[in-house]
Formats: sequence, C-alpha cells, structure tokens
Amino acid sequence: MTEMSYEAPSTLVAAVALLAGADGGGKILAGGTDVLVQLHAEMIDPDVLVDIKNIPEVRAMSENGGAWQVGAAVPGMQIIDDADFADAWPGVCEGVALIGSVQVKARASIGGNLCNGSPAADSVPAIIAAGAVAMIIGPGGSREDAVENIITGPGKTSIGNGEFIVSFGFPKRPAHSGDCYLRLTPRTEMDIAVVGVGINITLDDAGTCIAARVAVCAVAPRPLLVADAADALIGTTVDAGAVENMIAAVRAACDPISDKRGTKEYRIKTAGVIARRALEKALERAKAN
Amino acid sequence: MAKKSHVTTTVNGDEYEYLCEPGQTLVDVLRNELELTGTKEGCSTGDCGACSVILDGELVCSCLVLAVETDGKSVATIEGMAAGDQLHPLQRNFLELNGLQCGICTPGVLIAAKALLERNPDPTEIETRFWLAGNLCRCTGYDKIVRSVMAAAEEMRGA
Repeated sequence: MTEMSYEAPSTLVAAVALLAGADGGGKILAGGTDVLVQLHAEMIDPDVLVDIKNIPEVRAMSENGGAWQVGAAVPGMQIIDDADFADAWPGVCEGVALIGSVQVKARASIGGNLCNGSPAADSVPAIIAAGAVAMIIGPGGSREDAVENIITGPGKTSIGNGEFIVSFGFPKRPAHSGDCYLRLTPRTEMDIAVVGVGINITLDDAGTCIAARVAVCAVAPRPLLVADAADALIGTTVDAGAVENMIAAVRAACDPISDKRGTKEYRIKTAGVIARRALEKALERAKAN
Repeated sequence: MAKKSHVTTTVNGDEYEYLCEPGQTLVDVLRNELELTGTKEGCSTGDCGACSVILDGELVCSCLVLAVETDGKSVATIEGMAAGDQLHPLQRNFLELNGLQCGICTPGVLIAAKALLERNPDPTEIETRFWLAGNLCRCTGYDKIVRSVMAAAEEMRGA
C-alpha cells in the first residue's frame, strides 16, 4: 500500500493539475460520506486525495434568470435549506432530503451521490427528471453532459480519468411546472430505495402536458431516464388512460435484481405505483404555479 | 511513514495544534491525539451517529471527516456542552428522565439534539424523531430520549 497524500487546491486548474499528476491515482474528496468509508474499508487505495471543497465553483449555489447553478460539492443540507431552490425544484429537494441522516446530509453532495454510481442514489432520478446538465472539467478542458449519461453501471460512471464534476445546471422553469421524487423503503429514514421515481412535468394554460421527464432508480443497474413514460404523458391532459400508459412504460423499463429489499416482481409492480403517486404530486405542483 | 500534516483546529473554544496523517479521521484525533474521549466511535461508517460533533455550525459524524479538513475550523464536542459545573438543560433532562442507559450513544445524541434545538426551539415529536434518525441507540428504545429532548426544549423556551 502506497502512502496517501492529501491536497486541498483552491482553484479548478490546480485540482486538474493534481489529478493529472497523480496519473489515475487521484481520488476526489467532496463530502466524504462514501469516499472515507471506502478508504477505511480499503476498497480504494488512492495516492492522492484531492479535496475540492476549497474551490469556490464547486461550493457555490446561485440563480440567474430562473436557471440554477449548484456546485457539485454543495452539501445536501444547504440545498434543502435554500427556500428559493426548494420553491423551484421541490422534487430535487425531496431526493436530497432522503440521503442518509442530518449528519450525512451536512457533508454529502449531489455530485458525490451521482459519482458514487449507486443504482439506488436518491438524488439522481429527480436531477435527471429536472433535465440537469453536469459541467465537467478535466485535462482536455471543460465539457457538459446530461446527468442521465453519467452513471453507466453499479459504481461506474462516464467521468474520465482526471475529470470531475464542477457543478450542475438546472434549466429555468416554465409556468405550470412541477416535480416530485418518491421512493419506497421499508423504513421511513436511513434506508436504501426499493424503488425511486422522479417526475418533472410542464402543462400549458389549458392543462395539456407539453413536457415531461420520468426517471427511476433501484430497478436497473443504473438510474434510468424512461423516455417512453414521458411520451405517454406529453400531448395528453394526463387523463386516466395516459397515466396507465405511463405506468406501463415505467414497468417495461425496469430490469431489477431480487434482494433482501424486494423481489424483481415486487420492484416492477411497485415502480408503477410509486410512479403514479409521484406523477399526482408533480401534477398538483404544476397546477399550483 | 506518510507525511504528517500540521493542523490547527479550535475545539470548544480552545485552539489545538497537532500533527496527523492524511487518512486520520477527526474522531481519531479528538480521542487519541487530543484526549477528548467524550466523543464515541461506534460504526466508523456514518451510520450510528455516536461520533456526532458540530463542525463550523454543522452537525456531522466525526468519523466521516478527516482531521486535515478541520484546519482553521471550529469543532464543538460534548466536553464543551456544560458551562463549568452547570449542566446544559439537555444533559439535566436526560439524567432526570432516564434518557440514557449504557451511555455510548449519549454524547452523540446530546450534540444532535442541541443542534436541533438551535435550529428549531419548538420541534414536534415527529420532527425530533426524524432529526435523531442518524443516532442509533440499542438500549432505550428511543422513547425516553425523545421525551428528554422535548422536556429540555420546553424548559429552554422558558415555558
């Protein structure tokens, strides 16, 4: 085992240089609620731990003309305590609020929740449904990618060697928009989703759905954007038939495992139920603004 | 030997200077370097909350914080909760209402409860239970803990 060093650069450029210098031996430290557990369990053995929390861009949270920019290492508690952000994206806040205890949320970030690559990451479906874009920096410069493209499998991401996520861009909300994240767990707190569904919907003045995004977690090797489920809603007044079509599309997209939290059949069945309930809440919110 | 870092952390108002290794956790430094053993280490994975401390105003698990990350920061632990011989109302109510049995989870529970009451002086029982979800207790069944917190909150509101 090599001896690990700790670095806390204060600029993006310095962080990129440190990661490049580590030649694959660098590990990003944000809130540390996954990384420190993995480090002490010797699941990871980095040469350099690069703490990005002193970099202003990854800790900033700002709104500009209705669009939000949320730094990748902004702690969960700061996100859910921001009344303006919670007003714009209540579903994202519902997902973040379900990440562990208060103690964990005081450190854990959405960048970390995403990059840990869990198929059941609670903040991820709502962020995918929101249409958020990850701003990524690395040795080749900056690039952007949709959040649904980041997790590629359990514990695996499309973030390349020497790259890291700086922030997430959330688009401006049109009128009559609402989102919601719901999950099913045996306990109310401190548990891992059996199934989670994030839905983001926009209606026109007449109540017809003009945009929708539906994302699921814990029912496939990675969180998924279910385009067929959104297509079942777009162009409808979200009538009973459209809701049934959405439920069927969600269930068709599920490819879960059976484990102690639920069998494959149970997960597929309940994914539809949770999707219907999340849609009802998102719809209620869309009609209220 | 890994290169040790020179770190300065304010703990309960006192400035401590120490050397630590990059991977050393805050709970390890508190207990084994600074000999502040009131903070307990339970699971070491952020699940049990026994090591809860306040870091720059935020309730955190000190097993999930590296000591090097606390350079220049302020930490509040259970040792700083009483004012000299005067117990904090939470501590007194835990004693009076039997909010503890074996006591291992208690420092973490008290720190978490103090953070709750600073944020919300009048929490409902449900809010209290949700806030304390990150603090595991295998003795009390939680009821006496929750009652102790609610009683302390009432006392602190001057009701």
